Amino acid sequence: MKKRQIVMVLYSRSSALDSDVVGWATYDGTGKKFHHPGGQDEPPYETGLAAMQDGWRVIQISQLIPPYPGTEHNTSFLPFEIVLEQIVETD
Amino acid sequence: MALFVARGFLRFDAVVPDEINQTVLAAIQAGGPQDGILIEGSEVHSYPPGTRLSNCYVDQPAIRQLLDLPEVQGIIKSLVGEDPLFDHHAIHHCPPNQNTAQYTHADSIIDTRTNFDIQLMYYPHEVTAGMGGTRYIPGSHFRRVNEMTIARYQNIKGQQHVVCPAGTLLVMHHGIWHGGGRNQSDQPRYMFKIRLNATEKQVKLWDTSDLEEKSIGPKAIFDPDAYSHRDRVQTIFEIPETWFPMDESRLETVNRIKLWRYLVGDESFDSHHWLTRIENINH
Repeated sequence: MKKRQIVMVLYSRSSALDSDVVGWATYDGTGKKFHHPGGQDEPPYETGLAAMQDGWRVIQISQLIPPYPGTEHNTSFLPFEIVLEQIVETD
Repeated sequence: MALFVARGFLRFDAVVPDEINQTVLAAIQAGGPQDGILIEGSEVHSYPPGTRLSNCYVDQPAIRQLLDLPEVQGIIKSLVGEDPLFDHHAIHHCPPNQNTAQYTHADSIIDTRTNFDIQLMYYPHEVTAGMGGTRYIPGSHFRRVNEMTIARYQNIKGQQHVVCPAGTLLVMHHGIWHGGGRNQSDQPRYMFKIRLNATEKQVKLWDTSDLEEKSIGPKAIFDPDAYSHRDRVQTIFEIPETWFPMDESRLETVNRIKLWRYLVGDESFDSHHWLTRIENINH
């Protein structure tokens, strides 16, 4: 058996880890499941906290960065990103 | 028009008659079965960017007939005016039993203009749920990203997947996030797209006869009566997409207000005071 990482990225509606998930992506290092763009219309977890309670480990969350002067009302990337991992055993 | 400003797209189901659909499809398929997404041997040829649309497809009558349909002429004139410029076209081919879908992206390069191009996405055949029709994110068109930077966004709540009858047109603001879906059927899927550039100010190009009725003056913020009239411009601008971050819903309302100000030629337009408040500077 060998260990492989699964990374799940959740985008939440606010900087709070218990706020609703509005975007998500999964990358499976075991090679057993490939997650396609647009392949899932409902999130794997309702909140980042729910994922944590299901055993996912948070490895990064977005910093809160002030807007650059002149761009205060612009929108761009989804601002609240939570990167989580699981290490699983696989053959 | 307010819905286009708010959500970045309009959809017109089965607006193209089937005789045109069949002719265009035959021209696209003339090169025989294709493996990749680039079409070879089709009978549809392109034009240099900047060519007046009226000078395009003159020798390709089925596409010319499509563009000359009164409904399509109305769509084009309302959004990008008389005789816009051809930017480019693309024939998208998704072979059967695809391994994956296209990453979510925004077309061209990062674009900070207020005026806009449109992309006419034409589906010449029925697109079923399994065929992986175009995926797009309503309301994403104002977000400043460059191309495939957003490839990491595999799924976004409220994402739409085109399922439509033959002859459907999806008209997109140039900035909307989208991607080709995964075709899991045993039939190829085709989509023909034309990007158009306006050559005139896009001010009141559409039928504005109901503007006075649908664009009301300022109402009390959180006035329930105002929000119950969901056909009013101001109400449309305040309805967030399900995926909008909480703090950005009002920023997107501001984006919508700014574009509407340009489109109606009125810098005093507002939706419930959101811009007027922060423009009120007393020295």
